[in-house]
Amino acid sequence: MAEILVEVQNLRKEFAGTVAVADVSFTVPRGEIVGVLGANGAGKTTTIQILLGLIKPSGGKVTIFGKDLERHRIEILQRSNFSSAYTGLPSNLKVWENLLIFAMIYGVRDHRQKIDALLEMFEITHLRTKITGNLSSGESTRVNLCKSLLNDPELLMLDEPTASLDPDIADKVRKLLRRIQSERQITMVYTSHNMRDVEEVCDRVLFMHKGRIIAEGTPQEVKDKFKQTSLEDVFISVARGGDVLAGGGEEAR
Amino acid sequence: MNWGHIRALVLRYTFLYTRSVPRVAEMFFWPVMDLLVWGFITVYLQKLEHQPPALVTFLLGSMIFWDILYRAQQAVTISFLEDIWARNLLNLFVSPIRVSEFIVATYIVGFVKILVTVGILAGLALWFYHWNLFQMGLPLIPLFASLLLMGWAVGMITTALIMRWGQSAEALAWGIPFLIQPICAVFYPLSVLPKWIQPISRAIPATYVFEGMRQVLRGEGLSTHEMMWAFGLNVVYLIGAGLFFNYMFEVARDKGLLAKLGTQ
Repeated sequence: MAEILVEVQNLRKEFAGTVAVADVSFTVPRGEIVGVLGANGAGKTTTIQILLGLIKPSGGKVTIFGKDLERHRIEILQRSNFSSAYTGLPSNLKVWENLLIFAMIYGVRDHRQKIDALLEMFEITHLRTKITGNLSSGESTRVNLCKSLLNDPELLMLDEPTASLDPDIADKVRKLLRRIQSERQITMVYTSHNMRDVEEVCDRVLFMHKGRIIAEGTPQEVKDKFKQTSLEDVFISVARGGDVLAGGGEEAR
Repeated sequence: MNWGHIRALVLRYTFLYTRSVPRVAEMFFWPVMDLLVWGFITVYLQKLEHQPPALVTFLLGSMIFWDILYRAQQAVTISFLEDIWARNLLNLFVSPIRVSEFIVATYIVGFVKILVTVGILAGLALWFYHWNLFQMGLPLIPLFASLLLMGWAVGMITTALIMRWGQSAEALAWGIPFLIQPICAVFYPLSVLPKWIQPISRAIPATYVFEGMRQVLRGEGLSTHEMMWAFGLNVVYLIGAGLFFNYMFEVARDKGLLAKLGTQ
């Protein structure tokens, strides 16, 4: 049985009386890509941000690499990384300068070689000396992805990594993520509103609704459970009032 | 404390400042404008009858010393804002950087910026008004250090407030130091202030620095006792500011504000 890398037990988060995450429990084994899905307000972003140590949970426990997140936050972050379509890097620095700084922060040895290899992997070597603020959103996303792989993370959290990419680049990035996962056994927690992304990339999905996990399994298992032909249909049905929940979905847990 | 992290952050600010003409200009523009306005006012006042003999030195010295305090505070706060503006805060907070390392990096950058700014101001004061800041000799070092420490403490408090209340509190970055300016005897002696304000003023380390500066410029030497008070208070304020920053960081984590700050 694969080693459990992330263990979330009875996680709960309230903001001023509003429950964002309600008693959520799940595990992520090493080397698995887990998609966290749900409509806006489902609680997936809060869950990811708790895993990143950005939000303190109201209750429950998060263990990553066998260590308690609250007590070993820095140690865990040293072995993890994150990329989001919604964050940026200092705009008036060159791409290699931004990557160099994060390489230094993560204590990467041979950072020059590492940066070059990642730029090549994402086919953006030509952007090396470009000012980050002058990049297109798709180029910025790929630079962010380079940043997220600088320290060879054991756990990579990706928040809509293909959100601003054109279909061609998005397809390449999805394939690349799969390749990286199979080659390096990186564990990934992945959020996206793009269900095609999720079906193609994720081994398993957690479907969240109103702060709870309402379904969990491989993309096919979730589709079967809700008697839908695509994850997009599952998503739409759940978002539009939970009629599927009453019919085919399992009880919220 | 990981010095590799601090080195990386300092390098980042170095890239940031050397690449941006407005940022470099900002280091000089307001201080130089202040120096010119205050300098020429004092030149004018000197021509009037019955003016105190050391008026020019007092006012120019006060202006440059105030700038040390103000820039030290700004260095901490603006560095934090730079990361908010660049939407980079999230990348930093999910990296293995400790809050203390982030703060120390801003201290180092602030220190270098102040050295450059004060150097320029001292040069201009000498050129325009034939006034040499360095005539103060060795007492300049404890006076400078004390202002730096207080600026860092105020900077930490300001940054903590911005972390808690977000970009809507951005104006605090520029406004907070001016809350204390009237009561810390920057441009006039402590004795000018109403009696009931003086104890409050004595609770501010900068008051001892500005009083000390005037003593030195009058040729009376620097009171060790007064400087001990300044440093003692600075230690208290720095510890208090650190605890306050840490508390606000945890409040921001609890309320989910870090992520909002990082992506807004």
